[in-house]
Amino acid sequence: MIPDAVARSTYTLQVPSSTRHLEQVRQFVARHAAAAQFPEEAVEAFKIAVDEACTNVIKHAYKGNETHLIDIAVIVDPDRFTVRIRDQGEAFRPEEYQTPDIFKLARKRRAGGFGVHIMRRLMDHVEYRTRGRINEVRLTKYRTGDRARNGAPPAPSPS
Amino acid sequence: MSNFSVGFRSVGPVQVLDLRGELDAHTASELEAAIQKALEEQNTRIVVCGENLQYISSAGLGVFMAYIEEVRERGGDIKIAGLQSKVYNVFDLLGFPMLFDIVETEEQAIEKFREDANGVPPTTA
Repeated sequence: MIPDAVARSTYTLQVPSSTRHLEQVRQFVARHAAAAQFPEEAVEAFKIAVDEACTNVIKHAYKGNETHLIDIAVIVDPDRFTVRIRDQGEAFRPEEYQTPDIFKLARKRRAGGFGVHIMRRLMDHVEYRTRGRINEVRLTKYRTGDRARNGAPPAPSPS
Repeated sequence: MSNFSVGFRSVGPVQVLDLRGELDAHTASELEAAIQKALEEQNTRIVVCGENLQYISSAGLGVFMAYIEEVRERGGDIKIAGLQSKVYNVFDLLGFPMLFDIVETEEQAIEKFREDANGVPPTTA
């Protein structure tokens, strides 16, 4: 009845844990999001979100050590586009994350701390998982827009 | 392999930084060095021209965050001009228009510095 439901495509990229590869990661994700016919604004959102996720892996999970690897997968489903980022560094604890106050950060002359906030604002769904030594973040946008922002399950499709 | 660069221009007492390319965690240090250079040369009236800036991530935004207080304490400001809409949207996501003077054109930014010099201080939150 709905043959498209099984039409999932997955594309993968592995890069060293260095910021010099961020541009390559952005281009990889943008290329597939555009090929999946997401609008330009969504393609741009995926570029930023995957950049923020990989930057966090490089700086926090791997603490700047450039000898590790980051695995990126793009998963294209009929109703959604997901970017999965995996590392084997220190796990991120999303429950400890606080929404940044830019005025406080400016007073403290702090240069960072808002990558997670940007990801959550740009994506419909951001999910963290840790299994054994592998940490994973999944960045998802649905074709129909905004209905599953940050944790709520997608609304059932009207029949 | 960097596709980001900063050009320096002086317009009267104002230091204009022309950003070109993609500003991310890899290239943010180049913007940081440029702002530091301006400050070392006592140029605290800074206009960041973003007409040719194609991309920014939070690492790039963080550079502005790290310097704005110091620049304002020294009597200057960092004004941001000419951003493409896709780049402005990232500034807007974090509420930067509340903290920074973001205008459409470089000329407007320079004019605002003239107004500041005539006794209207920059707003500091």
